[in-house]
Amino acid sequence: MSAREISRLVVPRRGQSVWLISLSAGAMAFLAVFALALSVTSAQLARTWSAALAQTATVRLAAPPEEMEAQTAIVLEVLRTTPGIESAHVMVPDEQAALLEAWLGPDLPLDALPLPRLIEITETSEGPDRQGLRLRLAAEAPGAVFDDHTRWRRPLAEAAGRLRSFALVSLGLIGGVTAAIIVLAASAALASNGQVIRVLRLVGARDRFIARAFVRQISLRAGLGALVGTALGMGALAALPQAGGGVHLLSGLGFAGAGWLLPLVIPPLAMVLAWAASLTTAFQVLRGVT
Amino acid sequence: MIVFEDVSHDYGGGPLFRDVSARLEKGSFHFLTGPSGAGKSTFLKLCYGELLPSAGKISLMNKDVNTLSRDALAEIRQRIGVVHQDCQFLDHLSVEQNVALPLSATGRPVAESDVSDLLEWVGLAKRADALPPTLSGGERQRAALARAIIAAPNVLLADEPTGNLDWDMSQRLMSLMIELNKMGTAVLVATHDLQLIRFAKSQINARVLRISRRKLQVAGADL
Ligand SMILES: Nc1ncnc2c1ncn2[C@@H]1O[C@H](COP(=O)(O)OP(=O)(O)OP(=O)(O)O)[C@@H](O)[C@H]1O
Ligand SMILES: [Mg+2]
Repeated sequence: MSAREISRLVVPRRGQSVWLISLSAGAMAFLAVFALALSVTSAQLARTWSAALAQTATVRLAAPPEEMEAQTAIVLEVLRTTPGIESAHVMVPDEQAALLEAWLGPDLPLDALPLPRLIEITETSEGPDRQGLRLRLAAEAPGAVFDDHTRWRRPLAEAAGRLRSFALVSLGLIGGVTAAIIVLAASAALASNGQVIRVLRLVGARDRFIARAFVRQISLRAGLGALVGTALGMGALAALPQAGGGVHLLSGLGFAGAGWLLPLVIPPLAMVLAWAASLTTAFQVLRGVT
Repeated sequence: MIVFEDVSHDYGGGPLFRDVSARLEKGSFHFLTGPSGAGKSTFLKLCYGELLPSAGKISLMNKDVNTLSRDALAEIRQRIGVVHQDCQFLDHLSVEQNVALPLSATGRPVAESDVSDLLEWVGLAKRADALPPTLSGGERQRAALARAIIAAPNVLLADEPTGNLDWDMSQRLMSLMIELNKMGTAVLVATHDLQLIRFAKSQINARVLRISRRKLQVAGADL
């Protein structure tokens, strides 16, 4: 029997602490999956909405297809000659799709919708005379509407940013609570195995060996619990009903594509956390036992 | 290997013994006797660093126990085999695994044949796979002795190792300790058993130490 094999065996596999560790690591991992998803989704929303905000205003142009180009040219000319407007840019369909995705989800058949054309305006710091511009547009290109309504998105973008902070704080709290539970469980495991420690001491085992024997068991349990918790969390996310439209934050909570790999870091992370927390505890306890 | 210089020990209720000086040299064989409660087990615990002296100096393998790091003490214990009066084991591991523990828990290779030979010697071959809680008192002592000597220690400390054994088995274990001593191991055995001491003295040159009235004395030749 080698040292490696025996170190796996010297700590009896029993006691409530074992269950406490697996169960709490599982529960925490489950929660961590959601916090992570929330952080990813809200970050994405914040980015989309902030991007929209930077384009302080748009002109929405609705016109019959055959008149679209002519009307666009007129609008651009009006904008070019309006003081307070730095530049104007006609959005290509892809850009428009990206903007809409945050609201309607990625799977909408945009081609099938009679979408207005959007012209993005970058204003100078003073900005244009909005009322004057509206009147001019109404006179020269009746299908065009000057729209600086993107401003109402600002609180939304802020809320999304705030939500992301909450999610990150939650992740931190989950990690902290997990570490605290591991510390408690490790102390309990060491305290309830006084005889194991005494015997190992007697035969000349070093603290490092004794600590490792405990730590290995604790971190394996934590890793295993976290694996199950993560799997359940991911399953629950995948099973969230995907609403076609409506509030995207709810229906879209989760990961996209390779983003699904992200929660897979939770189990190894939980294991490392458990390892560090229990190792520190074990050394601390062993230093107090002669 | 183990040197006491003016050592006193006190658990808090007055000194158990005072100004004890002794040397356990390589290849020596000592018995330790004295009335119950005199401090024999305490003396042994001082010999492997489980207790520190209240006063005086104890050197283990030329190192002062008071200044030993925990790792250094562990290393010294790897060279000292101990049979406790209340033999403790890892109760969830087999006798065989327990006997091999001094090697396996310190990263030294374990030869299965050595373990089984030793178990054979102490009459536990049939109990190799048993769990310690199912052993009788005598079987526990034999397993503890096997564990104490599996790693061929420089020093063997045995606290009443034959307390629960019949005379045949006591002789057998004593012979094992004598063999070990002939190969250079310093042996210290705490015991009340005068018959056992006589048996050993008939074969080797053993000294008898006695703790009484708070002093350690060399007992007379009448034993
Ligand atoms: N941890 C302890 N704390 C306080 N007192 C102790 C402790 N261990 C032993 N004693 C006391 O010290 C005295 C000596 O104990 P020790 O076990 O060394 O005696 P002993 O000579 O081995 O006796 P026995 O022959 O019965 O085994 C006893 O009176 C005992 O009650
Ligand atoms: Mg005793």
